[in-house]
Parts: sequence; C-alpha cells; structure tokens
Amino acid sequence: MKRFRRHGHESHRDRLKQELFQFNKTVEHGFPHQPSALGYSPSLQLLAIGTRSGAIKLYGAPGVEFMGLHDENAAVTQVHFMPHQVELVTLLDDNSLHMWTLKGHNGLSELLEIGRFTLMGPPGAPPSVTRVTAVLAHSSGELLLLGTEGGHVFIVEVPGFRELEERNISLDQVASSVPDDYIGRRNLEHVEALQENPVQSNQVVVGYGRGLMVIWDLEKQCAIQHIPATQQLESMWWTEDGSYILSSHSDGSYCRWMVGVEDVNEEEEKSDIPYGHFPCKAISKIVQLPTREGPPFLLFSGGMPRASYGDRHCITVNHSKTQVALDFTSRIIDFFVIGDGPQHTGDPSALVVLVEEELVVIDLQSEGWPVIQTPYLVPLHSSAITCSHHVSAIPLKLWERILTAGALQNTHYSKKPWPITGGQNLASDPPQRDLLLTGHEDGTVRFWDASGVCLFPMYKLSTASVFHTDADPNENLNPGTEGEWPPFRKVGCFDPYSDDPRLGIQKIHLCKYSGYLTVAGTAGQILVLELNDEAAELTVEVKVVDLLQGQEGFRWKGHTRLDVREEPVQFPPGFQPFTLVQCQPPAVVTALTLHSEWKVVGFGTSHGFGLYDYQQKNNVLVKCTLNPSDQLAMEGPLSRVKSIKKSLRQSFRRIRRSRVSLRKHHVNKLQEANARLEAELAEMELAPVQRKIEARSSDDSFTGLVRTLYFADTFLSDSSHNTASLWAGTNGGCVFAYMLRFPPVERRADEPVSAQPAKEIQLMHRAPVVGIVVLDGHGAPLPEPLEVAHDLARLPEMQGSHHLLVISEEQFKVFTLPKVSAKMKLKLTAIDGSRVRRVGVAWFGSNRTEDYGESGLAVLTNQGDVHVVSLPHVKMQVQYPCIRREDVSGIASCVFTKHGQGFYLISPSEFERFSLSTRCVVEPRCLVAPPLHSGSFDQHQPQHGGPSSAPRSTQDGEDAESAARRVMEHALLNDEKVLQEIQKSLEGDQVSFLENNVKSAVA
Amino acid sequence: MSRQQQHRTPIRLIDNLVEVKSKFEAEYRRFALKRNGPGGFQEFYHLLQTIHSIRGVDVLLGYADIHGDLLPINNDDNFQKAVSSANPLLRIIITKKEDEPVVFATNSLQRRRKGAGLMAPRPAGSGSIHSKNKSGIIISEPLNFRQISSIIDVDILPETHRRVRLHKHGTNKPLGFYIRDGVSMKVTSQGVEKIPGVFISRLVRGGLAESTGLLGVNDEILEVNGIDVAGKSLDQVTDMMVANSHNLIVTVKPANQRNNVVHRSSKTSMGNSGSVGSAGSTGSALSHDSPSPASQSNPITASSSIAEGDSDDEEDDGDLILENDSLMLYSSHPLTHSGNANADRDAAFRGRPLPQSVSMPSSMGASLGHSSALSAHNGNPTHAASSSQENMREDGNTITL
Repeated sequence: MKRFRRHGHESHRDRLKQELFQFNKTVEHGFPHQPSALGYSPSLQLLAIGTRSGAIKLYGAPGVEFMGLHDENAAVTQVHFMPHQVELVTLLDDNSLHMWTLKGHNGLSELLEIGRFTLMGPPGAPPSVTRVTAVLAHSSGELLLLGTEGGHVFIVEVPGFRELEERNISLDQVASSVPDDYIGRRNLEHVEALQENPVQSNQVVVGYGRGLMVIWDLEKQCAIQHIPATQQLESMWWTEDGSYILSSHSDGSYCRWMVGVEDVNEEEEKSDIPYGHFPCKAISKIVQLPTREGPPFLLFSGGMPRASYGDRHCITVNHSKTQVALDFTSRIIDFFVIGDGPQHTGDPSALVVLVEEELVVIDLQSEGWPVIQTPYLVPLHSSAITCSHHVSAIPLKLWERILTAGALQNTHYSKKPWPITGGQNLASDPPQRDLLLTGHEDGTVRFWDASGVCLFPMYKLSTASVFHTDADPNENLNPGTEGEWPPFRKVGCFDPYSDDPRLGIQKIHLCKYSGYLTVAGTAGQILVLELNDEAAELTVEVKVVDLLQGQEGFRWKGHTRLDVREEPVQFPPGFQPFTLVQCQPPAVVTALTLHSEWKVVGFGTSHGFGLYDYQQKNNVLVKCTLNPSDQLAMEGPLSRVKSIKKSLRQSFRRIRRSRVSLRKHHVNKLQEANARLEAELAEMELAPVQRKIEARSSDDSFTGLVRTLYFADTFLSDSSHNTASLWAGTNGGCVFAYMLRFPPVERRADEPVSAQPAKEIQLMHRAPVVGIVVLDGHGAPLPEPLEVAHDLARLPEMQGSHHLLVISEEQFKVFTLPKVSAKMKLKLTAIDGSRVRRVGVAWFGSNRTEDYGESGLAVLTNQGDVHVVSLPHVKMQVQYPCIRREDVSGIASCVFTKHGQGFYLISPSEFERFSLSTRCVVEPRCLVAPPLHSGSFDQHQPQHGGPSSAPRSTQDGEDAESAARRVMEHALLNDEKVLQEIQKSLEGDQVSFLENNVKSAVA
Repeated sequence: MSRQQQHRTPIRLIDNLVEVKSKFEAEYRRFALKRNGPGGFQEFYHLLQTIHSIRGVDVLLGYADIHGDLLPINNDDNFQKAVSSANPLLRIIITKKEDEPVVFATNSLQRRRKGAGLMAPRPAGSGSIHSKNKSGIIISEPLNFRQISSIIDVDILPETHRRVRLHKHGTNKPLGFYIRDGVSMKVTSQGVEKIPGVFISRLVRGGLAESTGLLGVNDEILEVNGIDVAGKSLDQVTDMMVANSHNLIVTVKPANQRNNVVHRSSKTSMGNSGSVGSAGSTGSALSHDSPSPASQSNPITASSSIAEGDSDDEEDDGDLILENDSLMLYSSHPLTHSGNANADRDAAFRGRPLPQSVSMPSSMGASLGHSSALSAHNGNPTHAASSSQENMREDGNTITL
C-alpha cells in the first residue's frame, strides 16, 4: 500500500482521501447559550428550547434531539407546539412567526421549517397594532390566535398562515362591552395572555395588560364574560375542569375567578399575595393542577418580597400543607408540569424549569421533591470550563469503576426515570466508551460519557479539599433553617463562583489502563491521583520544585502557592490524590504528561519543566527554560499577555455572572472585575491597528514557556539501543530531549531514576513548539504507555529508524533519529498565514474497507480551519472551515479525539462535536411518530424492543442493572472482535499500520 | 583542532584580550590585542605590516564576521566593530591592493569555499574575468558593503510593482516596519472598486526596511514570498511575513510611482533575477549602505542573489542542534541545592571524556561549535545557560577558515 502511494497515483490518493476523511458538525452537547423560550408537547413528549441567537432545539428521550436555526438572527421569544401534531410555531422578536415540523426521511425524523408569516395590519396603522405579544395554539390544531400590543387578537389558520379576518377579536368589539364602572376601560392595553377553556375548546379567555379578562366564544364571536381585575396582568391559567380562571399580577398577587357566572365581582373567590405585607414582585406565571385525591398543586414563579428577596429567582410549589420556594441560581425563563399516566393528564409528576443557565426537573411525587438528574442539557459550565481532555476507548473495568464512584455522588437525585420520553433513538450503540474530562475554574474535574449523542455526567472530582481555601465549607451547606419564610430551597447546580481562582484546572492527563490521573492547575500545582473504590483518609505528600534553578534577579509578582492541608483529609471513593508537586514560582502549568508504565509525570510552566517520579515521590529533573532577560514571564498570571480579546470576554462574563445574583461577598469581585476591564480597555486603546513585522528573537517574551511534553521510548543516542526519553518544546521554538534511566523493576522503588540531557534543537524560525511525536520504523506514531502491555497495540517497530516530528505553530518538521537532521517539512504559515493552534494524532479508518486506515495529524489553525496532515510524510490532505476565526475561545477550547473527532466550545456552556473521519461519526438518529389523536395507545412504554432509549439515562435500579449487563455484553463482543482482528493481522503479512488496525478494532 | 581548543579556553577567560589570527597569502600570524584599547585603524594597519613583514606594501584588510561574511577594515569604526565582534577569534585576511578587488559580501567566504576551494581571496568562477574587464566602471565601492536588500524579478513584474528582498540574516538590524489594513482602488470591469488591502504603515528609523529605501509608507503589499495576500487578514499577512522573516521577499505597489524601474530588455541575462541599476536613484538618495546601485555592474553580486534563492531551503533548515551523549548527569537526589548539583555535575564532567557532536547550520565549523558547547557546560549553571543562549542566537551561518 505504501509503495503504491509513493508512486503518486494521484487519482487513487484522491479516492482514498474521500474514503478516509469527511467533515461534519454532528451534535451540540451541553446547555444552549442564552435560552429565551420553552415549549412542551404532552402528546409528543418533546421539549423545545428557543435561544436568543435564533436556534430552536428539541429534546425527547435521551438521544432524541433536533436542532434548527432561524435564518433571521433574532431571539426566539415564544415556542408553541400545535396540540396533537408534529408541528410547532416559534415567535421571534422581529415579530415573525415560523412553522416547523418533524418530517420523516429515510426512516429518520428531521426538523424543517415549513412556513413563515408576519402579521400585516391595515395600511397606515402603527406597527404596535400587529406586534404579537401572546400566542395561543388552539387545540383544534388548525387555528393560531395572536394577541397583539394594540389589543387585537388575530386569528390565523395553520398550516399556511391564512388570516381569518372575519373572526378576529378586535379591541373595539371588546371595549364596547366592558362594564362602564371598570376603571381601566379607557385603555385595556396589550393582550398579555390567551388561554383556551380545557373543556370547551370554542371558549378562549383574552387577558389584557390593564387587568381585564374577557371570555370569548369563537363560534358566536361574542364576549361571554368579563373579569374586571384591576391589577396589571401577568398571566392566566384556566383550571382543568374549566370552572375557574387564575390570574397573576404584577403586585405579587393572584386571584381565582369562577367561570360562567354573570356578575363576577362577588364571585372573586380568592385573592392572595402569598409573600405579602410588604410590596412584592410580580408573579409572572401561575399554574394549578388537580390531583386525583387530595388538594391541587399550585405553582407560580416570582412574587417574592421586593426589598428583601427581590433578587431571588424562585418558583413556589404549594401542595396541601407543603410550600417550598425553589430558589434557582439564574433567571427563570419558563416552566411546565408533566402529568402522570398515559395521556399525561393525571397527577402532576414532574416540574420542568428552564432557567437561564440550566434545566431543572423536580420529581413532584417523591418525598421531599428531589431533583431528577438530566441525561442531557447538562450545564457544562456550572463552573467555567478551563480545559478539556479526551480519552478514547476506555476499558470496561475503569468505566465501571468511574460509574460506581459517580453513582455514590448522585444519591441525592430522585430515583424516578427521566420524564421526557418522546421519540425513538435509532442510533446504534456507540462503538466504544469515550470519556471527556473537563477541568473547571473551581478546581473540579468532571468526567463525561462522550460515547454517544448525550453528554452524560459520570463523575465529578474536586481537588479543592487538598488545599485550604477562603471559603467556609459550612456556608454552602446551610439552607433549611426551620420556620424561615419564604421557605427557600436551593436547586440547580449552576454555581459560577470560584472560591479561589488558583484552584482552576489547566491540564489533565488520564491513563486509561492504570487509572492514574494527573491534573495541574493555575497556581503551579500538580496532583497525581489514583482510582480507589473505597473512601480513604489520606495525607497528600507535597513536593515543592524550584523551576528557576538559581536564576537570579527575578521577583515573582503573581499569586502565591496554594496552602496545603497538612492533616489527613477524608476522600470519597473515586480518584484520590496521593501526591502533590508545587512549582515555584507558582505559575500556571502549561504542559503535563504522565507515563504510567514508568510511573513518572512531566510538567512545565512558563519558567521550565520537571520530571517527577510518583512511585518514589521524588523529583528527578528540573530544567529552567527561562530567558534571563524575560521579565514578563515573572509578572505572574498569563492572562495579561494572553489575549486581550479573551480576557475582555472573560471579564464581561464575570460581570454578567456577578449580576446573576449580587450576594454580599461578591460585590468586591464585581468591583475588581470592573477595574480590570477598565485597565484592559485602556491598554487596548493605546495599541494602534497596525502590526509590527519583526523576526522572532530569543529576547521575545515567554520564549521559555513550555508548550508540550512527550514521553517516548526511542533511539536517542545510537541506532541500536532504544531508551526512555522525555521531550519538551517551548514557546521559543526550542526542543529539549532528556534520556531517562529507570532501575530494573524489582528495584524500581529504591534506586533513583536518572535523567540526562541528550539533545537540544533550536528551530530557526523560533515559532512555539505545540507538539512532538516520535514515529516508529513504519512511520506510525508510538503507542501510548501500557497500550502494548494490554495487547491493544503492537510493539512499535524498532527495526528501521525512528523519526522525530516537531510541530511548531508555523511548520511540521520531520527529523531523523538518533542523529537529528531535518528530513521533511510542511510549511503552513509561510504559505497561507495560518498558524497551528491545536494538534492531535488521530487514526482514520476507511469507510469502504474495514481493514484499511491511516494515522494522521488533526490540526486546528488560528483561522479556525481544520486540516488533516498525513504521517509520516507530512503532506496536507484536506482542509475544512470549522470555527469562525474571531472565536478565539472556541479555537482555544478545541480537543481532538484519537479517532478523528473533536469538540470545541461554541458558548461557555456548549460543546460542538465534529468529525473528520468517515467512520467515526456520532450524530443523533431519531424518529418521532406523529401522535394519534385519541385512543388508548400507551406512549409511556416506548421500548418495543430494538435499540430505543439509551441505557445511561435510566435511573431506575432495575434498568441500570440491565443496562450494565448490556454494556458488558457489548464489551465482550468487542473484545472478541479485537482478538480476531489481532489474529488476522498477525497471520497476514500486512504489517504496516497494524497497530492502527488494532486501534480501530478497539474502536 | 583540539590544540587550539586548549589554548583558547584560558585566553577566553581573560576577557579583555582578543585573539587575532591574520593571514597574508599563505602565511598565518597569531597574536593578541587588548579589547578595550586597541587604538585606531592606522595603528593596527602598521602593526599588521610589521607582523607580516610587509612594510611598504599596500594592502587591504578584511575580517570574517560571525556570519561568515568577509567584511573590510578600512577605518577606525569598522576596526572597532571587528574587534568588538570577535567571537572568540578575530580572523584577519590581508590582500595586496594591486590584486583584483576582493568581494566583500554576504556569504562570500562560504561560496568561495564551496566553489573552487581557493585559498586566496578571489572572486569565484567566471566572475573574475568579468570583474577584471569591468573594473573601470565601479561606481561606488561595493567591496566595502554587505548586501542587505535587492530588487528582483524586474523582468516579469509590471512596472508599477516592485519585488524587494530583505536579507535579514547577518545583521542585527530589525526588519523595522509595520503594516496596517487599508483600501486600495482597483480598476475592474465594473469600474473602480474599493478593495481591502494591506499597506506599510510605518518604517522604524534605522531599521532594515527604511535603510534600503526600497519600501515606503503606504506601499501596498501584494505578495509575500511569492504568495498573493489578496483576501488575507492583517494578522495572516503579519504571520506570513514573520514566518519568512529570515528571507523576506515582498512585492509592493509603491505609493510613490515615480521611482519605478524602467525595463531594459537587454539586462535580463541573469534569468529571472536581475538587479537593477535604475533603482539607484532611490537607493543612493536614501541610504548609505545600500549596494543596489553597484550590483548591476558587478555580476558577482547579482549572481549571489540567485545563489541565495537556490539555497532558500538550506537556510531554512538552519536549526541549531546540540547533541550531548553524556553530559550533566542529573542525580536523582532532589536538586534543591544548586551548589551541590554543581559539584555533582563537575564530578561527572571530569569523570569521563566528552563524546559530543554539534551540528550547525550550513557550514558552521566544528571548531566553533565545539568551543561553544564546551564553554556552555563549563562554568556555573547561570553562566552556562546564558552563554549557550548567546550561541543559539547566532542562527545564521558561521564560518571556518
């Protein structure tokens, strides 16, 4: 195959490229940024979320998701499903209405926009006349009632958006029939709400802003009843039996009105200001739902006393004698309640609340109303994401241990299954178990199941307990003091406040075979952790490493080291730290790698790098890379020189977050953020919009910053003996290689590990080195540590010479080994002006034949393009635009998988998943059947065999068990496949790319 | 080679002395000079005449700078420069004045070495005949200068454009210019259109760009090293220029169109790359050390630009590679105490021979590399670090004689 390629059969190569590479953005994980509207269809059991950027997303059972984007760049203000249909209507803030449908296509459903409509008023009328403020999708499924700012209600036939002018409810008609003594009759104001009578579909109630509500008969086209409320109206709710209407008002009150009685004034049954006495904020939405036996549920949002709790985001749930004010950490967008039973008309079972930063589902049937864990829409950013790390093909054993550890953390969640179960997930089970690890600002590392369409949280590791932090741990555990009024209860996990920014996680490396994990943070801390199934009380051993190595004349102006707890700390089951390295100066860790076979960790900062032996808990090597004239590197936090754009953005984000809730001790933070922002703006004004053209020199700032570290077992000194080695690449285009000597296994614990300098390469172009890879005798990248020991990769080819691939921001350059001399290169920047930002070695399988695949480099540039570069010949293969080049943080967040997929943040809370591979594509494949209008079919049991809902979503004990069994079977099957594959490759003489084949088989 | 090394190490320690090795015809002399008070050019000239016993013979003095260029010594200033830049050895080459003129130019030493391997400094190859014939029409004294820029590809470019090569290597001068976004007017089939472009916004005083006189503020940048920049962002163009900074070729549309090159069809004998005489008006008007006016009359300089063009890749591979087979054995004891570590290292150092190899860009000599590597590992760590860094800074070519 290789020889064939070398002959340069161009058309053949082109065909091969098509079989290997294709670019797709497949699915968005996480929580939509800036949601602005919520809709729910009880008949489809689908949830719809509209966002400020004009996206519309539908979610059903785990794995069932659809996404659409309005052409207009306008916020979605309302989403309404057409009752008993697969259509939904969205209202944007440019006053346009859009009709969407789920259309079947090749056995899968697709979300398509099928129509759009904007209300046109009579000529000469002000735009407010047709400005839509309220939408009612009539239960007939044929009518849309549109209340406007002008006070009219327009009736439109759908689909097709045909205006039925003769049926409109004009303001004049209503106003003429209003009783004379009603104080607001002069100006009814806009239509605030529209509700349909649940038992008589020809009756609707029109609520006007001023407070008046009119029950209108659509058939007879006349008002049936006037309800003269005098407070500014916020929302209305027509009770299940049609006999009462509830109205909520801007003064924090709600009223219950009886329907069908002419003289209403006396029939105002109940008016209440639930958190009254002092002025209250508006109750923005009110819902009352009956229970089969016992009192109804009353739920409303808002209504808090303005002075003392005006800043809280609360939904009050009142049932019988229990009242709880669910206190959310961000603004409430909307909520709805899911009913029990086949038609979802039974007792309320779950409350679904969309707040600005997360979706919270409350189980209303279990004691204490616990939260149901969401299988999707999980807020990735509950603390801001600072880094991410992807590990492909996790062995089953480790997977299960992480799941078990995670399950112990989730005991406070409800046992109830996920209540939103619409649609069928037709995607085949993911071929392998993939983990995405995200590091966060608060020092946590979250483990996500990234195998499939649902990014499901598996486990959360907190590193803060190793250190003394300012935060008082009791403060967060506070809430329920008895007799507190209102009866607050904190819900939701969005908590952007970091106790100490130094805790932030910057680098993560997990060895999937040994279960060793190393994480490194902002204050130069490097923790090595081990997976333990039992809780343990441990004292973490600390080692301070001086990276300056006697360099004098520097004063570190940044933050101090973290203060380590000296007493033993109780760690829950899961990853437990056993040793800690603290760099001095405590600069942010910029490179990290772990070799579990050698039991060493390499780490680097802007001052140098080191090698730590975590078996002997001893530092082996320190190398200072600092340029003596580089004062900036001493200044401290990197953020100043990083990217003004990025830090500005972060400052804004910080301010916005601070505004979410201005708690007392956050006021200072806000001021700080403001000051910083001003400073940054000033800095920006000074810089003119011109660029200096200058060659890089060794005097540039941060040339010593270590960008990448790499372990390799290769030929460093002569071509007959391979040795262990550590490679480091710096920002100044310098590569250091150290030869490592390990004592024999039996004396590994006692005899010292040694490292000695072997090579030093200064790239002439001095661009930052972002990646180092050693290629074996066949030109394939060396396997990961322990991969061979676990029979998952073949021994690298040690015959024939190895090559060193150095990837700088500007070039890909191949050198020979052991004598380093340049062999091949690919220039990127000199040709098209783009620079490498992210790079990863990936394996690409052909979609035509199972047994062919190639290794390549997946590359993301600062222009936002992704490239594939072939190995070992470093030739450009394909190029696709992926991210907008202005999206600096998106580009910085990108992480590649070993199988040609990638993730990047499209907002603080969402990962976009993309694939460069034809074989590895994870995307939603789902079917939504149109609901039957009536009848007794049971929607609640969608599992008619087949691969329907994903196993991970089930919270139920039994289901979880069966799910685990299924995973196990799958894995066994997989292993067998692996064995066969290995067998096959051993028999055949197709030796090249063999380990890649094996990798793919594992995949 | 190893003998030299032993000699040099102690001498180097005495910082105020400069080791001088001078050569006249086939004879070498070695002596030392005081670094801070070497006196003037005349004094040195007479000293050399004395040492070489050539009193009364008119000679030209040249020295080899750290980049392998043969540069003249003919006044106090460049003599001081030669002494101060001696690293560690000052190599002097003396030629009789009646000999054919020596070509002082970039890479001149190497090219000669690569070519015929002649010991006597004389222009390489066929050039010698030419220069002899044309020695009468030398306008200025090109022999005293080093080429820093050239106008190339005149024959294939439209008259309104200018392709300028800036030779960054071998000078400590910054490239010294800034670029900005702008709008250029283009005549298209739809009439005049405004098209975004990239322009030179500022020239730094004393920078390479300014001193050539070939680039000016508001010149529009059309190409960088042969790649069209149309549609590229300012940042992209910046990165491209930086990536090519060691051998930057920019094609500009000068804002001032009055100094444009006039085509001379007869002057294209050198293939694509012909240096141009008429550019002299710009060159000499603005700059003192631009060689462009002379390049026309001296085919050797012209051919040097071809040679460099060909060796583009070679230059590009000028990565500095240090390979140490057994140096600085790190003890596994924590290196908290630097003095202790030093002792360890010294012990290791003394304990064994030092098999090491240094590969340097192009023809950088083994001897020089050897000594630098040695000195890098000799002193205390700080000193070693800084001096090795110093060495690494020389990313151009280095000479051996």
